[in-house]
Amino acid sequence: MIEAIGSITILGLTLGSVLGYAARVFKVESDPITEKIEAMLPGSNCGQCGFPGCSTAAQSIASGEAAITMCPPGGKALAQDLATLLNIDMDLSAVKEEEPLFAIVSEELCIGCTKCFKACPTDAIIGAPKQIHVVIQEACTGCKACIDICPTECLQMLPVEHTLKTWKWHKPVPEPIAA
Amino acid sequence: MKLFRFRGGVHPKGYKELSEDLAIEQLPLPSKLYIPLQQHIGDPADVAVSIGQSVLKGQVLGHSQGTISAPVHASSSGTIIDILNFTAPHPSGLAVKTVVLQTDGKDQQTHNTIPLSPFNLSPEEVATRVGAAGIVGLGGAAFPSAVKLYQGVTRAIDTLIINGGECEPFLTCDDRLMRERAEEVIDGIRIMLHTLKIKKALVAIESNKPTALQEMKQASKICPEVTVVKVPTRYPMGWDKQLIRILTGREVPAGKRSADLGVIVHNVATAYAIHEAVRYVKPLISRIVTVSGDAIIKPKNVEVRMGTLVSELLDYSGLNSSDYRLVMGGPMMGQALPHAQVPVVKGCNGIVVLSNNMAPVQSSQACIRCSQCISACPVGLLPLEMVTRIKKGDYKSANDIGLKDCIGCASCSYVCPANIPLVHYFNFAKGKIRDQQQVQIKNQKTKKLAEAKRVRIAAIEKSKKEAAAARKAQRAAEKAKKQQLTQHSDAST
Amino acid sequence: MKLAPHSAPHTHSGNAVSRVMLHVIIALLPATIFGIYIFGLPALNLLLITIISCLIAEAISLRIANKPITCHLLDGSALLTGLLLALSLPPWAPWWIGVLGGFFAMIVGKHIFGGLGQNVFNPAMLARVALLISFPLEMTTWVDIKPLFTPDAPGFIESLQITFLGIPNLDAISSASLMGHAKTELSLDRSLSDSLTSIDYSLTSTSLGIVAGSIGETSSILLLLGGIYLLVKRIISWHIPLTMIATIVVLASLFHFIDSERYTDPLFHIFSGGIMLGAFFIATDLVTSPNTKLGQIIFAIGIGVLVYVIRTWGGYPEGIGFAVLLMNAMTPLIDHYIKPRIYGRNRRGNPMATPSQND
Repeated sequence: MIEAIGSITILGLTLGSVLGYAARVFKVESDPITEKIEAMLPGSNCGQCGFPGCSTAAQSIASGEAAITMCPPGGKALAQDLATLLNIDMDLSAVKEEEPLFAIVSEELCIGCTKCFKACPTDAIIGAPKQIHVVIQEACTGCKACIDICPTECLQMLPVEHTLKTWKWHKPVPEPIAA
Repeated sequence: MKLFRFRGGVHPKGYKELSEDLAIEQLPLPSKLYIPLQQHIGDPADVAVSIGQSVLKGQVLGHSQGTISAPVHASSSGTIIDILNFTAPHPSGLAVKTVVLQTDGKDQQTHNTIPLSPFNLSPEEVATRVGAAGIVGLGGAAFPSAVKLYQGVTRAIDTLIINGGECEPFLTCDDRLMRERAEEVIDGIRIMLHTLKIKKALVAIESNKPTALQEMKQASKICPEVTVVKVPTRYPMGWDKQLIRILTGREVPAGKRSADLGVIVHNVATAYAIHEAVRYVKPLISRIVTVSGDAIIKPKNVEVRMGTLVSELLDYSGLNSSDYRLVMGGPMMGQALPHAQVPVVKGCNGIVVLSNNMAPVQSSQACIRCSQCISACPVGLLPLEMVTRIKKGDYKSANDIGLKDCIGCASCSYVCPANIPLVHYFNFAKGKIRDQQQVQIKNQKTKKLAEAKRVRIAAIEKSKKEAAAARKAQRAAEKAKKQQLTQHSDAST
Repeated sequence: MKLAPHSAPHTHSGNAVSRVMLHVIIALLPATIFGIYIFGLPALNLLLITIISCLIAEAISLRIANKPITCHLLDGSALLTGLLLALSLPPWAPWWIGVLGGFFAMIVGKHIFGGLGQNVFNPAMLARVALLISFPLEMTTWVDIKPLFTPDAPGFIESLQITFLGIPNLDAISSASLMGHAKTELSLDRSLSDSLTSIDYSLTSTSLGIVAGSIGETSSILLLLGGIYLLVKRIISWHIPLTMIATIVVLASLFHFIDSERYTDPLFHIFSGGIMLGAFFIATDLVTSPNTKLGQIIFAIGIGVLVYVIRTWGGYPEGIGFAVLLMNAMTPLIDHYIKPRIYGRNRRGNPMATPSQND
């Protein structure tokens, strides 16, 4: 019996040391995943996620501090792509799809102060000092930076209009089974 | 003629006997016509009339915009009383820009009654006339026909296939057209052969239309390039890619068009419309519609002006129930209409009104993996696998195993013993995938715009710095000059 | 409030799950009734107990899973599993075999996987194999036939006693099944011609089913008729039954040709034992068999080979249960690799090459 215990113990110690040595010597350096994540984020530095910019947000996602669902403009599509990239198994069916919003200037209230177009990360607002400003809908990402900064509160967010071209089928609801 | 293999498909009860022996009737001219500016695939027509204007039958109401588009014409003479967003014949009930025409009953027309000969015209000229007439695929797809015909000029085509299948239950409009106006259809085919510069046309007609086969064979005797072929009765025989495989043995590769194979497919009704457009310069302003279904008292095949409200058709045929489902097209692939106050458009080949017995709202059960859906699918997909992935929200992998090839024929939903709404899931998933693609495109655009803004701001900063440096240098130079002068004056005193 | 739009199609073939189950039950009825006739009332007791246990177990599982009970019980799947399981048990087995089998089949074989349509293994076969391994004595106690209305047949009270209290005079009335006898004799190095004569083997009696065995093993002719009924009604396709039987016939013929004293002939194989039941009713189970026709053929070949191997060289005289379970485990793999070719694409899923325009 002593022989059995002894031989198993020696075997365990030997193999354990071999594994430990191999883990140190053959360690694989991980890819710079932060850059890959940053390439997938929208890159507009809108700040809706709470981080100052997309590169900081990418670092937080890479380190695991931030969830992959934290980017509102990216939506569910971005969360799914990040899940694939980082091999995270996450049930994304509960992620709520945000209605895409765009900003619109209320022309009676605009004073032409130019604060909003300086704040817009994608230059979606056209304007000049003392001239009424206007938002280009296609370029607007819905980040709300202009809303925060406008002194007369003349900007508001509206949902993108549904037309025949943008209409989609709803998810089939299981009919209640007749008992 | 040798026919190749037909894969999958189902054999729904036809109900053709309700209307196949009824001759085409003319629907009385309605008092108001609601003509949408988008009745085709592609860009909507650009409105060319204004409220209050008087128009003649066949006058242009909207010009085509862009390469894939078609013009829209007045279906009768009268006055334009409104241009507004009116309910489109679409399940969503959303609106589309529509021209409302008050008819004056005179029906004064712009087109000729003396036929012209098209065989002296060049193919481009014929294609232009077809385009100007606003002709689109009348089998339901509504793709601008001139674009298809023009492919004959730019690519090597060898076969024209005319689709007389009409595989959907209840619909008999193409059947009646072939029975009653076979010569005009053959003439349209001859015009198309001339435009495409080819000498081979195959007209495929299902075996459940023996009279149509006979009439078309008789009419085609004057044109030896046209061969009438009897194909088996099976749904979806009318799927153009299936027809191509059955008749020629060739398959259209995924992502390519039939023209890449040297084949062009058109519907019989489109051939008829082309005959009218090229011989009589008559634009597409009316079409034959089958009104049928078990909730209809008197089924009919009617010739309807575009823009007629569906309610007029229902009043003409009579409803025997108030609880029904209104479908534009056949029961397999047709779109459910929200109500009858929608206009008939170019792609509407039938109005089928089904009572709740025929179209009940079923409860669905768990999938028992019986694989009847796989046997039924004409494309060779795995509906049960795709729907499992869609239910979990994994749209991308559903797309990878075949959702992108799904034609939406609904053969799978038709046979499923558990009543799972397969096609509904597939349409939902296709919408989700489009959404995701749009989000990705938007993200890329946003990146570019943000980058452009950074570059712009950096350039402004740079120019500010340079200006400041220049000013500083200038001030230093002025100061030096002043000092020099002071020194000079000191020295001189 | 606007209602959500209805999706196409606006018609349906009228196909239903309960209809599928009903046809299978109808196809099994002739063999079941005949089996009750030749094995008597104890067999009927066991049948009823097994079916009721299956239904109770399903109801309990549905309750735990918070699913509606009545409609699921009425779809016929629990009834069918109970019937198949009872057909593969020894006809005079004690009541608790039926109860345990029913509960195991429903709970472990079906509901822990997620219910109808989600199970990997055939529930009836899973239960039978579990019982066989756990209770080999009770599961291999066969009795000779005792047709109803004959003086030998147990009466009503006697049959209840047999089912609930055990078989009296076991040694006197127990009999080996045909396959079991052949196998035992072979292991004792007695040739087939000797062993089969000693048990009065005749093809007619075997195929008609008037020999000892489970109900589903014996009346092969009636089961074959039931299978043909299912083929005609298009509930199953010919791929699995035909391929499975053909594989066994080919293998049996081959080995019988090599040594006819050691290997039984093909007809012996297909008409004794549960081949007919297995080929038409068990291997063709919709949930656990592959989706594509080619996949089904491979599946059936696998089952045929395994059945023959287990019967000839394995430790058990009957191999259907094990063979079916092993191939059920292969079904997801078969389904993953064998998919139909999509129109316009090649076998790998990439678009086909455009034919060159040389005309």
